[in-house]
Amino acid sequence: MLLQSILFVALIVGGTALISWPLGRYMAWAMDANAFTRLFQSIGGASTRGTQDWKQYMLAMLAFNIVMFVVCFALLALQQYLPLNPDGKGALEGSLIFNTAASFTTNTNLQHYSGEVSLSYLSQLAALMWLQFVSAATGIAALAALARGLAGRELGNFFVDVQRATFLVLLPIALVVACLLVSGGLPMTFHGAAVATTLEGVQQTIARGPVAAFVAIKQLGTNGGGFFGPNSTHPLENTSFWTNALSMIAIIIIPMACVWMFGRIIGRMRHAAVIFGVMMVLLLVKITGAVYFESAPTEAFANLAVEQTAGNLEGKELRFGPTGGPLWSVLTTSTSNGSVGAMHDSLNPMTGLMPMIGMWLNATFGGVGVGMINMFLYMVVGVFIAGMMIGRTPEYLGWRVEAREVKFAMLALLSHGFFILVGTAVFAATPWGRDTLNNIGPHGFSEMLYEFTSAAANNGSGFEGLGDNTMPWNIATGLVMLLGRFIPIILPLAIIGSLSAKRRSAESSGTLSVEDGTFAGMLIATIFIVGALTFFPAATLGPIAEHLTYMK
Amino acid sequence: METLLASLRISVATMLICVGGYSTAVWAFGQTVTPGTAEGSLITLPNGTIVGSRQIAQGFTPPKYFWPRPSAVDYNADAAGGSNKSPTSADLTKRAEETIARYGATPQNPLPAELATASGSGLDPNISEHAALYQAPRVAAARGLPIAQVEALIHKQSFKPGGFLTSAKLVNVLELNLALDQRGS
Repeated sequence: MLLQSILFVALIVGGTALISWPLGRYMAWAMDANAFTRLFQSIGGASTRGTQDWKQYMLAMLAFNIVMFVVCFALLALQQYLPLNPDGKGALEGSLIFNTAASFTTNTNLQHYSGEVSLSYLSQLAALMWLQFVSAATGIAALAALARGLAGRELGNFFVDVQRATFLVLLPIALVVACLLVSGGLPMTFHGAAVATTLEGVQQTIARGPVAAFVAIKQLGTNGGGFFGPNSTHPLENTSFWTNALSMIAIIIIPMACVWMFGRIIGRMRHAAVIFGVMMVLLLVKITGAVYFESAPTEAFANLAVEQTAGNLEGKELRFGPTGGPLWSVLTTSTSNGSVGAMHDSLNPMTGLMPMIGMWLNATFGGVGVGMINMFLYMVVGVFIAGMMIGRTPEYLGWRVEAREVKFAMLALLSHGFFILVGTAVFAATPWGRDTLNNIGPHGFSEMLYEFTSAAANNGSGFEGLGDNTMPWNIATGLVMLLGRFIPIILPLAIIGSLSAKRRSAESSGTLSVEDGTFAGMLIATIFIVGALTFFPAATLGPIAEHLTYMK
Repeated sequence: METLLASLRISVATMLICVGGYSTAVWAFGQTVTPGTAEGSLITLPNGTIVGSRQIAQGFTPPKYFWPRPSAVDYNADAAGGSNKSPTSADLTKRAEETIARYGATPQNPLPAELATASGSGLDPNISEHAALYQAPRVAAARGLPIAQVEALIHKQSFKPGGFLTSAKLVNVLELNLALDQRGS
């Protein structure tokens, strides 16, 4: 059993890491000037021909994202009048539409609705799946621009970049993955729900739909929004052990490749390898923790006539094997994916802490594009601290890092903790949060903490027992998702703007190397101090308190 | 203004290709290569009635059928979900006590863990071979079949979901019950 678990983790994580290398190379090509650039310029029109400075790039990104939000909002609000609605889904409530549009625009895919209950096929595909492509492309574009800036080049043009990421990166891979998922048994139909008469003679309505296309891009773009309410635990969204394995690969492949793409654009593959190594170490620590803690049997059955040999099976599907649930929970929260392969609310207390740590750090590969951008913020802070400690001018890739850049980086990193901790505190203290819990005691606190963590990290998974389809939750998490998305994209671009106004110095023997173990150690220390310690007090009130109180 | 116009043009292009073109392509692939599963893996009897989907659990209560895992949504395949209870929750203890009573499990013959736990979707179509064998005496007695015959059927239908990467064998409950019904009648 243990050997099989280790082999499985090694195949999924190690195998994907291997494929990410050539994919990163391809992505660097796709995001650079190539044969398709003229085509994309003619699709975008006159304003997409020139290159943009950081402010123009940012404004173009915001304009496109506003259009994304408005189109999604309109399609959802009008779904009862629109076609492709075989099951006659009705109107959605206003704050839910706001929350959902914000959620999919920001690549979060937090879902306060249940797909098969509330949405028409048109809403699923044209409103949500469309955003799963273009919101992911927004992240990849932002990373490409940031990397070009660090390389001392022009930033490029957002409108061209977003099309490169959509059409050259996401679309072809999604097509391959979707066809594999269909072959693995996922539905892809436009027929409405089937009505069966069970062997007992009961009517069973079986929701289905164009699932496979949706699932492929949901995983590849670190979106994570499920076609069905219970996401990838649903047998029609994830039919077998093998579709589960493929889904996990799809979750981490592009975030991994983004590190290599970054390295190629800045022309420093050894530096990228160090970053990749740091991310991999953090990932493996979390996976080990999750698999270990989840091997404890369900505590609620301790004194009952139930076999205590298997791990905790509440909220899990048998076909994914014993490792599938906890492994997925870490992969989906290390990247900002947020799809679930087991119910996170029913994970053992300390297992449930691992996804939270993933989202608090939000840079162990992280979301497509933006995970690497978050790591850039940690590196800016890291080289600054190291520079202060050894008494040298802090530099990153030859760029002098000064007060202004560090302020921006810290602002972006600390805003993450601010949204999570203040949001949780407000909801824990008021009926807004207290009246919506599905569990009592520290686990109830964890439900609220997880919800704000997931929103701020643009993750989208949840402790789904939380009754979160209420006006206060919809509005609060909607706003947190928007701020948690755009602050950590805009501020790094501002840092690039600020850096590129300076003269770049040549790296010398006196420069702190970004390609060795010292740098890796310093980076891990920075992530630990800034990321982890901010949240430690909250963790003790939730998962740690529950573990110490209830687990024998 | 130009920025807005470019955004709109790209929105139209991505919508047409990534929603229209992509969905159609995947749909056409599915309808050609795997038409059965692409429609939801429905099982249709010779007389034309749909008895369910082989991927989706359905409720079974009479003793002559194998019982699936508990479902937090009562096997509602139109609004699936898990219990979302903490594994330390007293609610789970209470639910398990009822399940144990239904199976008549005792400390000497404890219930396999998956039969006491609800799955993530509430629609897990499988139980382990071990949990099926656990139920075999009840099913055999209710049907008046020799137990060896029921056990042989379980072994025949069991499969390893992940080949060499998994050790426990699983059985699809609906298919097992269908096979029993076809044999018995």
